[in-house]
Amino acid sequence: MIQGLKMFGKYLSLLGNVFSRPENKKVYFRRILDEMVKLGVNSLTIVSIISLFMGAVVTIQTGLQLSNPFIPKYLIGFATRESLVLEFSPTMIALILAGKVGSSIASEIGTMRVSEQIDALEIMGINSSAFIIQPKIIASVLFFPILVVISMAIGMFGGFLAATLGGIISKAEFLQGLLYWFQPFYIFYAIVKTVFFAFAISSVSSFFGYYTAGGAIAVGKSSTKAVVYSCIVILIVNFVITQLMLS
Amino acid sequence: MIKVEKINKSFADKHVLKDVSFSFEAGKTNLVIGASGSGKTTLIKCMVGLHTPDSGKIIFDGATFEDLVKKDKRELRQQIGMLFQGGALFDYLTVEQNIAFPLSMFTNMSEEEKKDRVNFCLNRVNLNNVNNLFPAELSGGMIKRVAIARAISMNPKYLFCDEPNSGLDPQTSIIIDNLIQEITQEYNITTVVNTHDMNSVVEIGDNIAFINKGKLAWQGNKDSIISSDSPELNDFVFASQLLKKLKQ
Repeated sequence: MIQGLKMFGKYLSLLGNVFSRPENKKVYFRRILDEMVKLGVNSLTIVSIISLFMGAVVTIQTGLQLSNPFIPKYLIGFATRESLVLEFSPTMIALILAGKVGSSIASEIGTMRVSEQIDALEIMGINSSAFIIQPKIIASVLFFPILVVISMAIGMFGGFLAATLGGIISKAEFLQGLLYWFQPFYIFYAIVKTVFFAFAISSVSSFFGYYTAGGAIAVGKSSTKAVVYSCIVILIVNFVITQLMLS
Repeated sequence: MIKVEKINKSFADKHVLKDVSFSFEAGKTNLVIGASGSGKTTLIKCMVGLHTPDSGKIIFDGATFEDLVKKDKRELRQQIGMLFQGGALFDYLTVEQNIAFPLSMFTNMSEEEKKDRVNFCLNRVNLNNVNNLFPAELSGGMIKRVAIARAISMNPKYLFCDEPNSGLDPQTSIIIDNLIQEITQEYNITTVVNTHDMNSVVEIGDNIAFINKGKLAWQGNKDSIISSDSPELNDFVFASQLLKKLKQ
């Protein structure tokens, strides 16, 4: 318990340093764009593949459950949309990104630590935590919501393909379901969740990478811890935000 | 000139540096020598501000590091160049970008001016046509030379080198040693070299501090080290059988 509180204190103290004034705004801005490509654009393929199949599976499973003739078929499209927007796209994609991006952040920063690149920054008079971590957090917070919106769209397309090609329902019924009782607030809720998830993934992974001590094995351990803790934080944040915004 | 006065540093219950005092002179290559685990790296890390000493003072040309406010500490650090054991080059940047990095962060130089400065620094360390290579594509000796080029790109007043010869063959080691000495004299830099390489001691040891078990056990230069009566120093310097026989 005390160990956990100490770690949380260290994390908050690191965040305090991370959000200090940049030494050179132009360099930081360029780094944010680089990180957007590295953490966001480079995740598009995996996000698209997962979303496509996730949407298809949700549609097939919903179709299986709604076999009662008294329930209108278009509800399959409706249920697919609601599942993707409310939970699958934001949370599932965040967990996938915690694995892909989180481990990449922790191992990159951990390697910089063990190869003394972080010390080199400090000696030059650069706030190493701000220089390395701040662009990653800003890039994640700005780009992950875009990834999630893309995931929703691709997921619905996957559902559409499964529904029509698999003969579950007609094209018109599925589209009717997708448009039925649409609540824009749910999209807002998903984006808010994603912003918090992005912050959690990038900051928690950076924390474990930044405090790596030792050699190559320590980098691996930091990477594993980053993924595990990011996933736990995502699940807790998911519960808290859902309770606050939807209950 | 850098002075350290009664520096003490402990990690948990291990007392690593014990009342170390020494003056590192400008325009000279000042060597900190000692066996592995003697406290050399801890001393150098205290001097550059990576570790905070438990007690004692580090004085850079009259300015006590501990008394400086955060902003002044950052400004002082911009006058420090450091050559790390492994080079510590940023592996996502090319050689040119690595050397230009401090210039981009702290100066308003145009791209053209930065390029000129990078080429000047690369010429100074006798490297050509490596501007667009990444650190992973360089040999050990080239990495050290690029790291020196990066360290001198901002015209530092102080240069710290942590085991600059580790992992290098004897010939390349001598080239690196001579380069460090030439740069030190040319720009009147206060250079501190942390080493346990006896070749370096004999080549460039203008001012030497011998650290033994965390204490300053001897001080002198490359001429006086051979004739020293200090038993700890003799055990360190003449560790090999060949050197022992030569001494006798």
